[in-house]
Amino acid sequence: MKQTGPLLITAAGGFVLIVAYFIPFAQNWGELAAIWFDILAAVAFILGGGNLLKTHLKRISDRARGWGYSGVVVVSFLATLFVGLVKVGVNPSAQFPDFAWSGQYRQMGSAFWYLFQYAFTPLTATMFSLLAFYIASAAFRAFRAKNVEAVLLLGTAFIILLGRTFAGVALTSWIDPDVWAGFAYFTGLRLENLTVYIMSVFNTAGNRAIMIGIALGIVATSLKVLLGIDRSYLGKD
Amino acid sequence: MTEFIVNQWWLVAIVIASLIPLVMRIVSAGLLETLRTLDRRWIFLLLLWAVLIPIYFIGVTGRTFPEVPSVLARATFDEIDRLNPGDPILLAFDYDPPSEGELGPMATAFVYHAASKKLRMYFMALWPLGAQMIDNTIAKVITPDFRDLVYGRDYINLGFKSGQEGVIKVVVTNLRELYTTDSRGTAMQDIPMMEGITNIQQMKVIVSVSAGYPGTKEWVQYAVTPFPSLRLVAGATGVQAPLLYPYVPRQLPGLLGAIKGAAEYEKLVVDAYGGANADPKYLEALRRMGPQLVAHLLIITLIVVANVVFLIDRGRKR
Repeated sequence: MKQTGPLLITAAGGFVLIVAYFIPFAQNWGELAAIWFDILAAVAFILGGGNLLKTHLKRISDRARGWGYSGVVVVSFLATLFVGLVKVGVNPSAQFPDFAWSGQYRQMGSAFWYLFQYAFTPLTATMFSLLAFYIASAAFRAFRAKNVEAVLLLGTAFIILLGRTFAGVALTSWIDPDVWAGFAYFTGLRLENLTVYIMSVFNTAGNRAIMIGIALGIVATSLKVLLGIDRSYLGKD
Repeated sequence: MTEFIVNQWWLVAIVIASLIPLVMRIVSAGLLETLRTLDRRWIFLLLLWAVLIPIYFIGVTGRTFPEVPSVLARATFDEIDRLNPGDPILLAFDYDPPSEGELGPMATAFVYHAASKKLRMYFMALWPLGAQMIDNTIAKVITPDFRDLVYGRDYINLGFKSGQEGVIKVVVTNLRELYTTDSRGTAMQDIPMMEGITNIQQMKVIVSVSAGYPGTKEWVQYAVTPFPSLRLVAGATGVQAPLLYPYVPRQLPGLLGAIKGAAEYEKLVVDAYGGANADPKYLEALRRMGPQLVAHLLIITLIVVANVVFLIDRGRKR
């Protein structure tokens, strides 16, 4: 029963969504299933929060390596949760001025807003920005013209890197029919045009092939899941 | 440029001083040996200057590089520009602060364009922090510069709903089923601009500003594909944009890729609605093209230098 119940729910949900897509009469069934999914996704946030606390509290309790970072996670999580839930610094909304908690939790000037604007935003933006430094370092260390494929990749990378900036325009602006009428046949060689060509032809063709392959794989895997052949999503227990 | 260097001599001095140890190492150990064993912190420092100096230069001089809008940027602009005042438009902000650098200017330009056209703007988010990104953009564009626009009449923030593509599947046929209030908690029936709006098929255009999953791809798969009459344009990060090209132009008539796409679209919007002296906040993407140019040139230079060393070493081994 432990496995049969989830298997039946999965199969029923999946087949309802398939039927709802192809048969207009059953469209409402699909809507209903999607709403259930949305509700479950909301509950997953609570589970996620609980799991985060459990994992990091255990690390602190075990004095595992780097447990101090877990402490920072727990304190940050609880502080943000607290100021958001009790709406610290939030003014009542204009609609319900008599109710202290009627304002928005993320109202400008509230504690939650300050945490978001001056802690979360700069921290996450900084983390993401660091990528640029590692990309530059990796490009210097790893990007070698060892064979023909690597040379093609390097050439494409240079065209895209230049074509996505003003350098592309500046370097090949001389390919201009105003300079020489014969250049009218070669404007496609301007770096900004080559970039568009690479993105819209080579990139699109490659991506479409990959996407069709993935889609076929998803169909096969989904069928296995719906028919109960693939049960790996249920876990080991 | 010369005037900038003369006036900002102290910056030039700092940059030169910071690179003196590297020059000394090249002199003592030789160029090839230095390049072979180059500490990555030198690369970090070079990239720091490559980004910082153009930012400062553009900040001081206010000069930006000229931008020529691509076909896709123009198509994106045209999709919104062809609408009439009062037409409903859905703006899905599916990103969070890490992508603000690339997507923030796009979001600003989209809202500025829509507000200038007096379109009715319906904001929503599939990412938990998307609601805050909507708040920030409204505070940046609509609140200071479009004071005649009224919340609930001209624009509304529907906020975030959990469920990823599940949300799209529902709102595309029944918006009220999932959204009973806006993000401020006001009931839908009390919001003037929600009158007669039952699903997002009524939107003239959907604008997706997206940094990943769920985002533009899901809007294509679950909104535009089953309902081909929907018009979708998107602004995406540089990493995500190549994955969206296969949907252009039938399912995705307009696509802005990374800060370059944002700069092209920004130019079109500012040229059409910004006036002679546009507020610098509407030129953010154009301003960010400067650091991008120098950083790209640096990366190309690093790759070329590294390959020259590699080829010399390989030649010697043979």
